[in-house]
Amino acid sequence: MAEVLVLVDHVDGDVRKSTLEALTAAARLGEPAAVFVGAGAQGAAEVLGRHGATTVYAVESPEVAEHLVAPTAEVLAQLVQEHSPAAVLLPSSNDGKEIAARLAIKTSSGLVTDAVDVAPADGGGVQTVQSVFAGSYTVTSVVAQGCPVVTLKPNSVPVEETGGGAATVQAVDAQVSDAAKAARITERKEKAASGRPSLTEAAIVVSGGRGTGGDFAPVEALADSLGAAVGASRAAVDAGWYPHSSQVGQTGVSVSPQLYVAAGISGAIQHRAGMQTSKTIVAVNKDPEAPIFELVDYGVVGDLFTVLPQATEEISRRKG
Amino acid sequence: MNIVVCVKYVPDAQGDRGFEADNTTDREAVDGLLSELDEYAVEEALKLVEAGEGEVTVLTMGPEDAVAAVKKSLQMGAHKGVVVTDEAIAGSDSVATSLVLAEAIKKIGEEAPVDLVLTGLASTDGVMSVVPAMLAERLGLPQVTFASELTVEGSTVRIRRDDETASETIESSLPAVVSVTDQINEPRYPSFKGIMAAKKKPVETWGLADLGVDASQVGLDAAWSRVVEVSARPPRTAGEVVTDEGDGGSKLAEFLASRKFV
Ligand SMILES: Cc1cc2nc3c(=O)[nH]c(=O)nc-3n(C[C@H](O)[C@H](O)[C@H](O)COP(=O)(O)OP(=O)(O)OC[C@H]3O[C@@H](n4cnc5c(N)ncnc54)[C@H](O)[C@@H]3O)c2cc1C
Ligand SMILES: Cc1cc2nc3c(=O)[nH]c(=O)nc-3n(C[C@H](O)[C@H](O)[C@H](O)COP(=O)(O)OP(=O)(O)OC[C@H]3O[C@@H](n4cnc5c(N)ncnc54)[C@H](O)[C@@H]3O)c2cc1C
Repeated sequence: MAEVLVLVDHVDGDVRKSTLEALTAAARLGEPAAVFVGAGAQGAAEVLGRHGATTVYAVESPEVAEHLVAPTAEVLAQLVQEHSPAAVLLPSSNDGKEIAARLAIKTSSGLVTDAVDVAPADGGGVQTVQSVFAGSYTVTSVVAQGCPVVTLKPNSVPVEETGGGAATVQAVDAQVSDAAKAARITERKEKAASGRPSLTEAAIVVSGGRGTGGDFAPVEALADSLGAAVGASRAAVDAGWYPHSSQVGQTGVSVSPQLYVAAGISGAIQHRAGMQTSKTIVAVNKDPEAPIFELVDYGVVGDLFTVLPQATEEISRRKG
Repeated sequence: MNIVVCVKYVPDAQGDRGFEADNTTDREAVDGLLSELDEYAVEEALKLVEAGEGEVTVLTMGPEDAVAAVKKSLQMGAHKGVVVTDEAIAGSDSVATSLVLAEAIKKIGEEAPVDLVLTGLASTDGVMSVVPAMLAERLGLPQVTFASELTVEGSTVRIRRDDETASETIESSLPAVVSVTDQINEPRYPSFKGIMAAKKKPVETWGLADLGVDASQVGLDAAWSRVVEVSARPPRTAGEVVTDEGDGGSKLAEFLASRKFV
């Protein structure tokens, strides 16, 4: 069975959930093999193996980390050439999509981004499912050309453990061209950690909009009672109440959690584009006519400043 | 400094977007316009040349109507426009789109070298955010993307990029491909003067033959990823909406508990 390469997304060696999802998806297409760029491959071999990877191709070049996406695309292209995998899967992050884009050109392969599902296609290649036009359509595509490159939307594929032992780490000697090093990171300021889960990976997201009037305390309290990430509408971000990195929607991040709670958010099409694929949607809004109520599984018409604290208190009470 | 801005003509997101019988995007039923996110790239280009010197060329690939996206950019202040249109282009995927745009940028560069290629952060229809990286790959240029701040000093371009965990400064030499986010500026509205001036600005229309691209390399038949089925998402079954009468929060908590979120 041909290998399926999965680019590992990790933070200082800690493998992110999106990678485990990709390994699970890869097993449907062939034999999952992880590609680990940076330091820490050995430490990650166990968790990668447990989720189906038999091999970890380890590229431990500091040059790659400093130079953004171009060198990683070169490394993957080299591996595609050497191993002729059945497909390459990457996370649908900004970097993941750009690496995928360059890889598709380098290897003359078809590309699908933001897939929510993958399967082998009849007659070869990979069949993908995407949710498009702000979630109003579901599109099934086939990538048959070259080595199909697919980026997977986080939270789309349930993670499965295969019970495999630690994957075998195989060092890869990567050649990075000078051209790939042309753009480089000259400064990096880490943001203070919020202590909450990351927005794209969280199982629950609670978002606030203009209706908060700038006071996100009730939104954050509800989020914390549920172990959720906090998101924001663009109106809240533009007002300077919450950072842009928390913006959900077309020009922010796209989330697909088990539960999405929108508080004081009207439900504009651009906001919906980033949350409509959430499994369960809940809204709290003063205005019974707000378009967000068209999407909800459960809605409360009311003032978020009374509804959210009451819900938070009740949840904390139930949790004991 | 000579800047090429790539602008896409897209169906209006406020309209009822859909697909044709051959599963390609229906570009007739809904009014088209300049992808809103590309206005930020046009604005940034104008600011750069206004602060120094040079020319802004806007480039689009699409149906004949796509000239509207170029016109709007010219009204904002861009100097000239190029529309690449050809029957064979319809249904192109991202790989083919980037090929045509890259060849067009090379051709624009024959007249005067291009220092900077600017793009939006994503189109508002395909929303892939891949064309800038593909252009960099095809043109062999450095890629500096998702800029929320952009400065050019001599032949160095520097941007700020923010994400959930960090704020980064990224640098490269020119020429380069840079994509900008909607955080970077506030795009101007065309002034009356701008609208009048745009009427006299040059717009060239090129076909694939002008770029030396063979029809077999683009369009639906050449697409390396192909849509085989589209279905309208079933409208979400109307959920329950209650009005808060003093117990809205408790009811909400009860719902969440019934769905095992608590
Ligand atoms: C190119 C482009 C890209 C965009 N990208 C995005 C994006 O990525 N994400 C995004 O979110 N938007 C985006 N937008 C903006 C979008 O169109 C809306 O303007 C925005 O989503 C509105 O935010 P909001 O719902 O918080 O504010 P509003 O639309 O003003 O809604 C506020 C809501 O709060 C309710 N409310 C007020 N007070 C209370 C209270 N005390 N309790 C309960 N409810 C209350 C009101 O009834 C109202 O429904 C984009 C727009 C454009 C043009
Ligand atoms: C719903 C939908 C789903 C699609 N899925 C896929 C897919 O999975 N795989 C695939 O290969 N193709 C796909 N396509 C086709 C793809 O969107 C187009 O080929 C498109 O031209 C390139 O991708 P994008 O619009 O997402 O651009 P993005 O990469 O999001 O665009 C970024 C920037 O590139 C520039 N740009 C993009 N297109 C043009 C243009 N035509 N003219 C000038 N500048 C431009 C603009 O500055 C834009 O802001 C899809 C299209 C649609 C409508």
